[in-house]
Order: sequence, then structure tokens, then C-alpha cells
Amino acid sequence: MLKVNDINVFYGSIHAIKGVSFEVNKGEIVTLIGANGAGKSTILNTVSGLLKSKTGSITFIDKTISNIVPHKIVAAGLAQVPEGRRVFLGMTVEENLEMGAFTRKANEISEDMDSVYVRFPRLKERRKQIAGTLSGGEQQMLAMGRALMSKPELLMLDEPSMGLAPILVEQIFDIIKELNAAGTTILLVEQNAQMALSIADRGYVLETGKIVTSAKASDLLNNDAVKKAYLGG
Amino acid sequence: MSLVFSQLINGLQSGSIYALIAIGYSMVYGIILLLNFAHGDIIMVGAYVAWLVVVNLSLPPALAIALAIIACTLLGVVIEKVAYSPLRKAPRLSLLITAIGISFLLENLAQLKFGAGAKNVPALITGPALDIGGQHIGFTAVLTIIVSVVAMIGLTFLIRKTKMGKAMRAVSEDMGTAQLMGINVNSTISFTFAVGSALAGIGSVLYSCAYPQAAPTMGSMLGLKAFVAAVLGGIGSIPGAMIGGFAIGIAEAIVSAIGLSVWKDGVVFAILIIVLIFKPTGIMGKKINEKV
Ligand SMILES: Nc1ncnc2c1ncn2[C@@H]1O[C@H](COP(=O)(O)OP(=O)(O)O)[C@@H](O)[C@H]1O
Ligand SMILES: [Mg+2]
Repeated sequence: MLKVNDINVFYGSIHAIKGVSFEVNKGEIVTLIGANGAGKSTILNTVSGLLKSKTGSITFIDKTISNIVPHKIVAAGLAQVPEGRRVFLGMTVEENLEMGAFTRKANEISEDMDSVYVRFPRLKERRKQIAGTLSGGEQQMLAMGRALMSKPELLMLDEPSMGLAPILVEQIFDIIKELNAAGTTILLVEQNAQMALSIADRGYVLETGKIVTSAKASDLLNNDAVKKAYLGG
Repeated sequence: MSLVFSQLINGLQSGSIYALIAIGYSMVYGIILLLNFAHGDIIMVGAYVAWLVVVNLSLPPALAIALAIIACTLLGVVIEKVAYSPLRKAPRLSLLITAIGISFLLENLAQLKFGAGAKNVPALITGPALDIGGQHIGFTAVLTIIVSVVAMIGLTFLIRKTKMGKAMRAVSEDMGTAQLMGINVNSTISFTFAVGSALAGIGSVLYSCAYPQAAPTMGSMLGLKAFVAAVLGGIGSIPGAMIGGFAIGIAEAIVSAIGLSVWKDGVVFAILIIVLIFKPTGIMGKKINEKV
């Protein structure tokens, strides 16, 4: 479904992503794990079109997306829940969800908003509330609900567990599994390798801008080098 | 009493014009962090368009009003496309200097084309004076206040309730995330300039009712005062720009009413200095949050 082929991304003279290739097949949960600063967010933002690769190509459902603008990539069915949630703090919960559905017609979205509210009942209670008043966990749910409003084929999540209490992290990961079971393909970026590998089908390990290992998630969980570097021994 | 009343009306009249212009400053600052110093000059262009249509082409004033507003709207959008959008990723200072350059360019082009002297713009809008509680109020004063308030209500509705208005708020808050929502940032910014410039166009027409002249530099002082209004209200805040505009207009009127009308401009800049020293975020401004 998503094929990233030999991308190189720079911030000015900083070479952040060095010849990365990977793919995500329909129906999978694929995780990209790596330490802080490895380049995980840079990869997602390049796939989303916010950053440009100097080389290579990115294709999504047989369509080259590496040279099109971000809003068209969203319309093609690829949504991202950005690192740090980035909900629109000055807008209400409901307005945030509407923004998620920006590429769609206004009369088509009410059903999907209802199903987001079913999945995240807390958001329903707070639909008229300004997003800036929500807790971290609620903001994460809002960020996920908002991304779902575009009806993505592929949902990319950038460190959804960041800064959340363990119980909330479990809840978020359960929801990711449910979304996948309901047909959404997932690309999950995490520093929390244990959690990510426990729900993923396959994983890629990223170190300073390069993919160093890729395997089935269950194999990575038992890989000594991975254990040592990312799973606390 | 009647002097106070008529000065109050004067204050509200010029205040509504400042407010209409200040909104444009604030909207543009809110979305691309630019103090668009060419904004005032759009008013000047509007005044010349009105003059051209009525005097040179001898067409009816209603047409002049429409064309002036359309010209201001298009000019704002074109300036953004040509001069500002190529600098989307450049430092904000480059953008600011570009805006000042555009301001000079417009003023000098006007001078080149029409000469340095002022042109008289015939009355675009006329009507009988109104009699409210024994006080005579000029028709255009009342019209100016009403039109401005209606425009502001319309704008508030646009921003609060429409899809495009919400997109403007989203882009103002976080441009990168807005793109991840599928919002076309370039067209949202164009739309913001269109709305801000259309309000300036309306301001231009209303201004020419009070001061029926077109001159190359007329936009600079007017723009500067509207800028002070935007800062007083809290730059980036649209309700703030409205409040700031009325406050500046009334402050000027009070200064005139107590016989210090030579200080009319001075008081505006005194307000600017006081705001910048004691409350740089203005009346409605939020904490200045650096955007990434
Ligand atoms: N806006 C930026 N400007 C310059 N360097 C950046 C920028 N964003 C990230 N980097 C650098 O690129 C590398 C990868 O960052 P990032 O993709 O955020 O990593 P991760 O998401 O894995 O923590 C890091 O070395 C980081 O310092
Ligand atoms: Mg990151």
C-alpha cells in the first residue's frame, strides 16, 4: 500500500534521513522504532508531504505521492496523527474533528463523527469544549479521532504513547488494534518499542537516519541487539 | 453636551474605519506573522479607483464603490501571491522588509501616475442628516458606523461558522498540522488576504466619505493608526482589532474635544508606546507563542 524507496531528507545541511526504504502492506500494522532523534518524525512528515526527499520516490496505492502537496496526500487516503498530538488548542473538540474531515463534503461526515464519538465517548462529553482544556490523554484521543475523520486507508501515528500514563497507553494501543481490525492499515512510530512491537506485524529499526534491521515484530522482540538497545536488556 | 455628542460620533466614525483596516492587519499577522505595512496603501488605491471611475470615466458612484472594493480585494491577493508567498519559508524579517518595499512601490506608482497632489473624490454616498434627540448627525457618519458593524458581524460569522473561516483559524494556529488535515494553506492565506483587503476596500470608500480626497501617501498615516489599533487590541486578535479601532477613534475625538486637536496624531502614538511598554500583547492578545 505504501512504498518508500530510497529517500534522503535534509534540514539545511543536516542529512537527517539517509537512503531509507520500507513498505507497508494493506491490513498490516507496521512499526518504525528508534531512539529520540533517529529520524522517525522526519520520515512521517516526508510521507505526508510536509518535507521533500532529495532522491527516491514514495508511492501510495499505486500513485506517486512524493511530488504532490500535503492536502492532496490526505485526500488520497493517508492521514497522520502528529507527534505531540498538535490538536488545535483554540478550537472546540467538534471543530477539531471537522478539520480532520476537511477534504470531505460537510454532509458526509456526521456519521463518521458519530462513530468517533462511539469510539471515544470522552470526546462526545466534551464536544463543545475548547481542546486546550483537555488532558493529555484526551488530546491524544482527539488527535486520533481527528485523523480518522478523513477516512484514511493508511493511518500514521507518531509516538501516540508520548507523555501518557501506562494505563492510557494501553488504552490507546487497544484502540490502534481495533482500528486495524476494522480495516485501517497502520504505520506506527514509537520510542516505546516494547508496546509497539507487541501489536505490530512487522517492524523496522531506525538508527541515525538509516534502517538497520527489519523483521517480523515477534522476531524483533527476541532479537538480542534490539532487546539490548530498545527493550531495556 | 452637543459638542461632546458630535465628537463621540466623529470618534465612532473614524474608529470604525480604523477598525476595518486594523482587522486586516490582525488577520494577516495571525496567519503568516507579517506586519503588512502595505495594507494602508490599499486604501489609497481604493480612493484612486473611486476617483478614476467617477471623475475620469463619469460613471455612477455606486459602480465606483463596487470597483474600489473589488480592486482592493484583488490587489491584496495579488500582493500576497507575488511578493509574500515566495517567502513562505524565509525569515520573517525578509517578509517585513518586502511589505515595506511594496508600500513604497504603491505610493510611488500612484505619484508617478497621478502626481503628488491630491485629487478630489466627489461624494460617493449622500443622504439627509439624521436628527436624533435634537442632535444633527451626518448621514455618512451613521452609515459608516452601521456598515462597519455589519461587516464585523459578517466577518465574525465567517470565522466562527464557515468551513473556510475555521480553516483560517486552523492555519493561524498551526500551519503544519493544518496541512495534515488536508487544508490547502496557500488558498487559505489568499482568502485571508482577500477578506482583509475587502474590508480595507470598504474602509476606503467610507474614508472617502469623510475625507473626499485621493493622495499617494494618504494610506500611510491611516494605515499606521490602524496598525496601532491592531496592536492596542492585541495583534492577531480580530475582536481586539475591532475594539482597538474604536478606542483609537474615540481617543482622537476626546483629544480634539478638549481643544488639543493638534495632538490628535500624537495621542495615537502615545497609545502605541504605552501599550508596547505595559502590555505588548494588547487588550485581547494571547501570550505571544512562537510558531515552528
Ligand atoms: N526542523 C529541524 N531543523 C533541523 N534539524 C532537525 C529539525 N527537525 C529534526 N531535526 C533533526 O533531524 C534528526 C531527526 O529528527 P526527528 O525526525 O525529529 O527524530 P525522531 O522523530 O526520531 O525523534 C535529529 O537529529 C533532529 O535534530
Ligand atoms: Mg519524533
